[in-house]
Amino acid sequence: MPAVKETVETVRKIDVDQYKYGFVTDIESELAPKGLDEDTVRFISAKKNEPAWLLEWRLEAFRRWQTMQEPTWARVRYPEIDFQDLHYYAAPKKTPGPKSLDEVDPELLKTYEKLGIPLREREILAGVEGAKVAVDAVFDSVSVVTTFKEELAKAGVIFCAISEAVHTHPELVKQYLGTVVPTTDNFYATLNSAVFSDGSFVYIPPGVKCPMELSTYFRINEQKTGQFERTLIIADKGSYVSYLEGCTAPKRDEAQLHAAVVELVALDDAEIKYSTVQNWYPGDKDGKGGIYNFVTKRGDCRGQRSKISWTQVETGSAITWKYPSCILRGEGSSGEFYSIAISNGYQQVDSGTKMIHLGKNTTSKILAKGIAAGRSDNTYRGQVTAHRKATGARNFTNCDSLLIGDLCGAHTIPYIESKNSSAVFEHEATTSKIAEDQLFYCMQRGLDEEEAVALIVNGFVKEVLQQLPMEFAVEAQKLIAVSLEGSVG
Amino acid sequence: MANPVVIMRNPAETAFIERFAAEKASLPGAAQARAEAFARFEARGLPSKRIESYHYTDVRNLMRSVAPAAKDAVAGETLKLEGFARHGFSNGRWQGGDSSAGVTVQPLADAYREGLTPGLGMGQASDVVVDLNTAFARDGVVIRIAAGRHAKLHLAFSENVGAAASILPRVIVEVGEGASLMLVATHEGTDGIAYQVNEVVELRLGRQAKVEHIRLNLSGDKAMVLSSVAATLGEEAELQTMQVSLGGEVCRHQVFVTYQGENAKAAIRGATMLKGNQHHDSTLVVDHAVPHGESRELFRTVVDGSAHGVFQGKIIVRPHAQKTDGQMASNALLLSDDAGMSNKPELEIFADDVVCAHGATCGSLDENQLFYLQARGLPRRIAEALLVEAFLGEVIDTVSEESLREMLAGLVSDWMQARAIS
Amino acid sequence: MLEINNLHVEIDGKKILNGLNLHVKRGEVAAIMGPNGSGKSTLSYVIAGKEDYTVTEGEILLDGVNILEMEPHERAHAGLFLAFQYPLEIPGVATMTFLKAALNAQAKSRGEDELSPGEFMKKVREAAGKLGINPDMLKRPLNVGFSGGEKKRMEILQMALLEPKMAILDETDSGLDIDALRIVAEGVNAHRDPDHAFLVITHYQRLLDHIRPDTVHVMAKGQIVRTGGPEIALELEERGYAEYLGNAA
Repeated sequence: MPAVKETVETVRKIDVDQYKYGFVTDIESELAPKGLDEDTVRFISAKKNEPAWLLEWRLEAFRRWQTMQEPTWARVRYPEIDFQDLHYYAAPKKTPGPKSLDEVDPELLKTYEKLGIPLREREILAGVEGAKVAVDAVFDSVSVVTTFKEELAKAGVIFCAISEAVHTHPELVKQYLGTVVPTTDNFYATLNSAVFSDGSFVYIPPGVKCPMELSTYFRINEQKTGQFERTLIIADKGSYVSYLEGCTAPKRDEAQLHAAVVELVALDDAEIKYSTVQNWYPGDKDGKGGIYNFVTKRGDCRGQRSKISWTQVETGSAITWKYPSCILRGEGSSGEFYSIAISNGYQQVDSGTKMIHLGKNTTSKILAKGIAAGRSDNTYRGQVTAHRKATGARNFTNCDSLLIGDLCGAHTIPYIESKNSSAVFEHEATTSKIAEDQLFYCMQRGLDEEEAVALIVNGFVKEVLQQLPMEFAVEAQKLIAVSLEGSVG
Repeated sequence: MANPVVIMRNPAETAFIERFAAEKASLPGAAQARAEAFARFEARGLPSKRIESYHYTDVRNLMRSVAPAAKDAVAGETLKLEGFARHGFSNGRWQGGDSSAGVTVQPLADAYREGLTPGLGMGQASDVVVDLNTAFARDGVVIRIAAGRHAKLHLAFSENVGAAASILPRVIVEVGEGASLMLVATHEGTDGIAYQVNEVVELRLGRQAKVEHIRLNLSGDKAMVLSSVAATLGEEAELQTMQVSLGGEVCRHQVFVTYQGENAKAAIRGATMLKGNQHHDSTLVVDHAVPHGESRELFRTVVDGSAHGVFQGKIIVRPHAQKTDGQMASNALLLSDDAGMSNKPELEIFADDVVCAHGATCGSLDENQLFYLQARGLPRRIAEALLVEAFLGEVIDTVSEESLREMLAGLVSDWMQARAIS
Repeated sequence: MLEINNLHVEIDGKKILNGLNLHVKRGEVAAIMGPNGSGKSTLSYVIAGKEDYTVTEGEILLDGVNILEMEPHERAHAGLFLAFQYPLEIPGVATMTFLKAALNAQAKSRGEDELSPGEFMKKVREAAGKLGINPDMLKRPLNVGFSGGEKKRMEILQMALLEPKMAILDETDSGLDIDALRIVAEGVNAHRDPDHAFLVITHYQRLLDHIRPDTVHVMAKGQIVRTGGPEIALELEERGYAEYLGNAA
């Protein structure tokens, strides 16, 4: 039997169900009643003690959402979602808005420790040499704690829960919320606008290079709960921020909905680097359960020479529907998208990016690596558009797919649209499997098949991994290796 | 929340429905295939941009009415090709032609009445535009090349209409085992009249058959041309199909290739020149249904004026179609500020032991090259022409017949010259 | 050390090796010479365990253990090394990363501790230095864009690091200029000792000027047809392989 075939057989035999973040935290929660109507929206808004304008904003979105239909164009299939059979709000009961870590429920701190996310600042300082990462931990619907707030405040950086920012910095929230992803944008984004519960808010003042990495860690715990967080990041003129996002969820037999919205705004000469390691629960080996990850992420390069860079490592979720995009509005602005999407078992991935070139001399780069194994379907869908005024626009796209086994599918669907003759677009894509002779070569040097496959796959995705901040890259590499141990080969 | 979908027919859809009811009884043969095809059309309507494969060419929106069937007309003066057996067509109707050894040519209606079934060339593909042709086609021919024979045929289509009219010919070509065929179809039409063409060519290649097919689109400048090539490949068959397109106002050229036997090869190419308000869409579906297939796609599009070019190419590799080798490239040159190009090269792959790749580029002429040529004394327009001819030349140079190659290259340079004058 | 008895091998139903017998003793340097198509490369691939070949009869013993049922990496752990005629390019995998992975796998199979990063670096640097390999090259993806000579030196470097007891060099001289050839040969000679054995497969005699074999085997049509001392190589250089093409079984 050829080595690759044997690898595939091995993969088939191994239980894909190796998700190690599948534990449930036993904590008392406050839940909104199931179902969604205007009262649910009012309930959420009241919980957050929101100003009238924001309630009105939500209600408008909700009314709009009622007229909309779920999109069907993606290559994903799932049973109909009963939007009335979900909780739209869940919060750990004991600590509504803790002032300090001491007030945070110890169960929660334990949860994050288990996940490898230390929240106690002194532990972080003790544990990590040099690099500091400020964390906003979001548990179900609410932000439980944000670390290093004071140190960040010294630099003028605002990093807090968005529900808090509504009260502490209403002018900024009002000015920017919904300006990148309008409430009317798409079915899930509109739903999010109506019912979003929490998420992170970041503002970097002009000329400030954020002194540390900012990070949000999302955790879905409660059953039958939709998570709808909303993140808003504004990098003012000449500022820089690197932001990391991580996600996990317990194993549940029922699919859970996650419909987040992320909005980024970069003003003149500002740069935002946004990295995600998405490891939501992917469902069990028979495709039961898992997170439906229907996420709208968009960055607006509003200022001249601004830059937004998305990096994502997608290993989890039953279904991924996600297209982190850049609107390249400012003259000379640039957008980047680096992606690794690994699918296995019955996972379905339809992910990619949009680069919308509106301004002169805007540039974009797309590097997408898809790896399909098991019975999964892995689709790259990307759009690159140059509008009439986008003189001198440039795009380079490279998307490569690797297939492991003959029961999975890898698909590439790029839309490349140019309405400006001086725009130069280049697109390349390949699909292949791990070469038999490469495997043999590695094995001849003493690596077993799994090690050999892992080594080659890591080489395949290396260019993307290099884009991640150091600490994250190590974590991502481990995550890929774990996926490869049982899931890929 | 989910609103029931109300089917709103546009006038063209209503006209097709009425026309089918009126003509059904008089359409020659293939009754079942016609009825099935029409039922599919009725269920789906004309394809709109909401249909993924018509994303950039909204036929439903572009086709608001259905022109009456074209009347018999005297074929206009058409191109002559040396060394080819010539068959003339006037508004889709076969006018007879030169006989050649090993080749039989039969009117479509007769073949249908004898029981020939249309649509086999589509493999697993389904397309409403092809369905409309299947439902309504009366005109055209069935060409059979006997096993082991070699033939060179020129199908000269004259679209000679005095007023808006529709032309729906179908050509079915069966190429026997080991036979080889060079098939050149030229389409020349009247300018200034909004006529509609929906033409389907089915190519069925037997084991080890070889076909080189070239379609030349010189349709009238107000014509809406929907042309489809549907080919099935037997074991070790080799197909080359190319469209060189200059004519028409709104054109969509579709190529469906299905691999039925192992070790077959196909090369699908296009050279498209667009100006004014022309819209041209090349859409391919290459279906590797069996192992060891090889496909090569190369499309070159040059867009001037405020014209818009579209390339959509999909390579499908079915489960078990191992060792498939598919390489696809689409390159576009935009010559004016208002020109546009949309590329959608797709890979849809369900087998692991494959090598598939696609590439797409879009941009303007290279300024450094232009400058170099200008510095050597060439006027800019000539320098541009030189580069454009070289760009399209990579497609046209693959034509095996030298005289034909020269004729096509001549059309390119004429097109560039006309551009220089305007 | 290496004992091959009555080896019959087919690929796609076509017979390549026809009852080949070959013994290489501990500490011995054996050479196999033969014309193109005699099955030399097949032999090296079969010993290393490439999947495409079917062994229909016979056995291959390494230190008395039949290795035919072993996976390629297990054979490597057992002390077998094949320097490929055409080393593979592995895009995206830095040479250093690769070397480390190979050494660690070997250590693991022997139940030994992995080398510390410092020890590893020192070991690789030293070995690379001896072979005239620029340390910068170790950062590049393995063999990608390397010249023919660089690839072959990289093979010898890997051999030096893995310290196999039985090394097979498959046409290591092909595509090398005389300087590269000397460096490669020195790399091999440095490892000659009573515990290591080599099987040098070559078409030409010139490599054997630099790596003096103890024994020379002539291979033709899938068999060893003659065995003798180094003088055979010189004889072949003079007369060519013509006489072996006609009369072999």
